Amino acid sequence: MARWLVILGLCLLFPTAFAQQSPGGAPAAAGSCVACHGPEGQGSGAYPHLVGLGEAYIRRQLDAFASGERANAIMKPIASGLSESQRQAVAVYFSGLSPVPADAAAGAPPDGPGRTLALHGRWQQDLPACVQCHGPGGQGIGEDFPPLAGQPAAYLEDQLKAWRAGNRPAGPQGLMGHIAERLDEDDLKAVAAYFAALPAAGEAGDD
Amino acid sequence: MNRSVLTVVAGCAVLAMAAWLLAMGLTGGPEDYVERYAGQSVTARDEASAVPVKPSAPGPSSSPSSPESGQAAAPAPASEPPPRSAIPDNEFGELVRQGERIFADTGRFAGDWVGNDLSCQNCHFDAGRYDKTASLRSAWPMYPAYRSKNQHVNDFAERLQGCFTYSMNGKAPPRDGQVIQALQAYSFWLAKGMPTGEAPDVRGYPDVGDPPEPPSFARGETVFQENCALCHGEDGQGRKATGGGTGFPPLWGPRSYNWGAGMHRINTAAAFIKAAMPLGKPDLTDQQAWDVALFINSHERPQDPRFTGSVQDTAERFHQHQGQYGKTVNGQVLGEHSPPSGTVP
Repeated sequence: MARWLVILGLCLLFPTAFAQQSPGGAPAAAGSCVACHGPEGQGSGAYPHLVGLGEAYIRRQLDAFASGERANAIMKPIASGLSESQRQAVAVYFSGLSPVPADAAAGAPPDGPGRTLALHGRWQQDLPACVQCHGPGGQGIGEDFPPLAGQPAAYLEDQLKAWRAGNRPAGPQGLMGHIAERLDEDDLKAVAAYFAALPAAGEAGDD
Repeated sequence: MNRSVLTVVAGCAVLAMAAWLLAMGLTGGPEDYVERYAGQSVTARDEASAVPVKPSAPGPSSSPSSPESGQAAAPAPASEPPPRSAIPDNEFGELVRQGERIFADTGRFAGDWVGNDLSCQNCHFDAGRYDKTASLRSAWPMYPAYRSKNQHVNDFAERLQGCFTYSMNGKAPPRDGQVIQALQAYSFWLAKGMPTGEAPDVRGYPDVGDPPEPPSFARGETVFQENCALCHGEDGQGRKATGGGTGFPPLWGPRSYNWGAGMHRINTAAAFIKAAMPLGKPDLTDQQAWDVALFINSHERPQDPRFTGSVQDTAERFHQHQGQYGKTVNGQVLGEHSPPSGTVP
């Protein structure tokens, strides 16, 4: 918690600094992100990686954190502390980073219900495969369909739960809300574990 | 006397029980049905195909339902294709798996014959397993069949070759080669339990109702931008996945299906869209489906492979149906500026 207070404090103390651009291209506002999301946006521990996410997607999340539509006690004060242009600068910065090479030790995800849902969906329920929108290997497609590969399992599971509970906007055309409501507890655990075990963006497995 | 009546009644009861048990075995039984579909949306169509045999409750008063009681009822069509896990571990099974791979990622596994960025399963979901999008198991038992498109009887191999020529804007793979053989083995395997030569309930795309208003390009454009552009792009050219892999398919332009493909017909596209789009949340009205089908199919796409040298002549010979080929849209005759067909690598 103390770390969040420090970051929040930084946000409040140096608001004007956030709009400034360093010679390397990183906006100063990004400085408040790296403590948890890593200097290259590669994530750490339970904190999701940002690299590989689209500009529009990041911006939408920051706005939703700030407004409370995406309920998150950590991100709300941070996002609220950023101006519109600062949120945009952060989105531009992280969406422009090159993917970090995957951890070579990452194991292949096991066969099982998570893999089946990810690769084939469950069409008896009109449930598409995750990879149809999130790309082969969960590497993401374009601005609006973020990569899932290599994100922490707990993070992915929390997001699916948040959609089911209405604690996160369902995204463009309400797609994820509609999908999450057709997943039960076992499904979302399994599918989160599957994508967490895949190598992260830029290092597609041969699945 | 009483004793013989009792014997007859008891005999009927035993026969009824046997018939019921037989029916349970064939259909998987109501428990199996309930378990598989519990909590899921089942359309009337699914239900009809899932439990066509409705056994009457056995009891002392029931008797065999038909006078020809020695004849067993026709087996019910399988309610769904066999699970992937049932593919056998032998040479046949390997060919089936190869067929599924080709169907799911056609450019990657049959690239020599593909001239666009589509895969079979873009229009036949779940690698051809999903019954609302012209499943393979519903097609396999219907061939050989006469097709007005080429005016002769086609077997399944020739039908598949047509998919490559038109929908895949490629070249027909040889009928005795690995690609067609694998796709046939896969289709045959999926069709287990389907009666041969009888049109299944699940065939093709479900019918879409007639549009209340004639389809409109302008309304279709609005439907497209609001419901389709997110995935297929504002310009309809699809989206590549991160790293360049298959993303969302292009709906027109040089990397989409050509002017000879079935999907360029407004009625076919409307039926597909109504049944299946947007992906996983097909909630467009009939009118919206027709409007956006017209909009999508009013853009240039690769030339009809049967092109005779003249758009007008090609249209007269091959386009006597609900399509836009040869028609003028926004001042341009569709087909006049088509990219070439059959652009295999």
